[in-house]
Amino acid sequence: MAKHALRLVAVAYVLFLLVLPVILIVWRTFGDGLGPFVEALTSPSALHAFKVTVTVAGWAVVANTVFGVLTAILLVRHRFPGKRLLGAFIDLPMAVSPVVVGLALILVYGRFAPFGGLLESWGIQVIFSTPGMVLATVFVALPLVVRAIVPVLEELGDEQEQAAHTLGASRLQAFIRITLPGIRWALGYGIVLCLARSLGEYGAVAVVSGRLVDQTQTLTLFVEERFQNFDQPAAFAAATALALIAVVTLLLTKLLRPKDRIDGN
Amino acid sequence: MTAITVRPARRLAGGTAAGLGVAVLYLSLIVLIPLAAVVWRSADQGPGYFWRSVTTPDAWAALTLTIGASALVALINLVMGTAIAWVLVRDRFPGRRVLDTIIDLPFALPTIVAGLVLLALYGPQSPLGINLAYSRAGVVLALMFVTLPFVVRTVQPVLLELDTEMEQAAASLGAGPFQTFRRVILPNLIPAMLSGTALAFTRAISEFGSTVLISGNLPFKTQVAAVNIFSQIEGDNTTGAAAISTVLLVVALVALISLDVLQRWGSRRG
Repeated sequence: MAKHALRLVAVAYVLFLLVLPVILIVWRTFGDGLGPFVEALTSPSALHAFKVTVTVAGWAVVANTVFGVLTAILLVRHRFPGKRLLGAFIDLPMAVSPVVVGLALILVYGRFAPFGGLLESWGIQVIFSTPGMVLATVFVALPLVVRAIVPVLEELGDEQEQAAHTLGASRLQAFIRITLPGIRWALGYGIVLCLARSLGEYGAVAVVSGRLVDQTQTLTLFVEERFQNFDQPAAFAAATALALIAVVTLLLTKLLRPKDRIDGN
Repeated sequence: MTAITVRPARRLAGGTAAGLGVAVLYLSLIVLIPLAAVVWRSADQGPGYFWRSVTTPDAWAALTLTIGASALVALINLVMGTAIAWVLVRDRFPGRRVLDTIIDLPFALPTIVAGLVLLALYGPQSPLGINLAYSRAGVVLALMFVTLPFVVRTVQPVLLELDTEMEQAAASLGAGPFQTFRRVILPNLIPAMLSGTALAFTRAISEFGSTVLISGNLPFKTQVAAVNIFSQIEGDNTTGAAAISTVLLVVALVALISLDVLQRWGSRRG
């Protein structure tokens, strides 16, 4: 009896908090068929927002993947003073509000900040433009690739890499032939998480982009702006598109993650 | 006698030094220097100005609302997260795997979309007739949505590892189900429950996107700290924004340090 009651409470909680709200949005989006959905997403503003989103997320994922692999190898395979501190700093972005991320970047890279002013004199505008949005996205998604790879690298051990070295392989060869194949699933998992976080970032990008319609507007900013301007169909359509991306992400991570959760028993 | 070990001074290998240099530069340019700039800016007009920025009526109202709502949401997660983890590990019913997958949805869903979907079901056009828009309950609901996975995902692996033999032993010695739970299971779960709760709390105090649409951002009523910071930035008061940001950073840091202490305590208990 108690068992069934607990099951009911848990399922009802998730149903009313997560499932029904998402289903309702999808329902309202497709309520009038596929036409309005496609129409809302192919307006020039929506297409532009989509392009900005993909550009920003693409750069952020590339940067964080390179940094993530490098740093994970450093943390697991190398010995240096301050290792624990580096590990702690990498997790720092998790504890920072997206709005604070935006403010932090403005204070350093804004036009009136010393560093931002210098870049501006070289003709590089960071804030209210793509570089700033990439920086903000990199910041919020920074730990994801590192944290996905570190445990797998630890488990892998370095015996095979050492063997490759003794047989005359260079560092790069050993990395490409031994390390990379060993971490490929974890790397894929980290990249998918990083991509989803980057596509969906709202707060940090809202601050540094200046929210200029048709210029620096990403898909998430488009959702908010359309909703505030009483264009519900467009807001719902873009939100549904983002929700679909989230669901695909969820299934992909399920596929890529080592089966250690519910099959463990 | 304590043995004194002297570490030989070791030069870093060339590859390590170069890699470390790149990683530290990247981290500094994107995370560390900008965050230091926030703390620096909050202090550059002196402690008096800092205090006045934090205690302006609207900033203070936003901070207390944020911390209060986050504490409430953390408590809800402590109970509901543990219950959901329990059902996922110990119960068998059709749809359990789907439930297990869905739990992570708040991590994957953009926060602005989370706010929008909640507004659809619990807003002015609610098919359930429940309208929480522009109310503090709406803020709490949004925070509940984005923090749902934390406690579930910290408690679940511990429950999976937990041996059922001890529970059987307790039952065979005459303990009732409640007694077994309180005396045998709960002590093993508490470290994981508390660390999940601390994570949920830090996430909640920093939340922005999901509260924007459903709260209506009414100062003194539903405006959370992150939204207050946002409006101060828009109003070009970066020093005030930096002061409130610093308070949020410190609160998050305190929560995370207590989490670290808790984890050490938990691992010591084995």
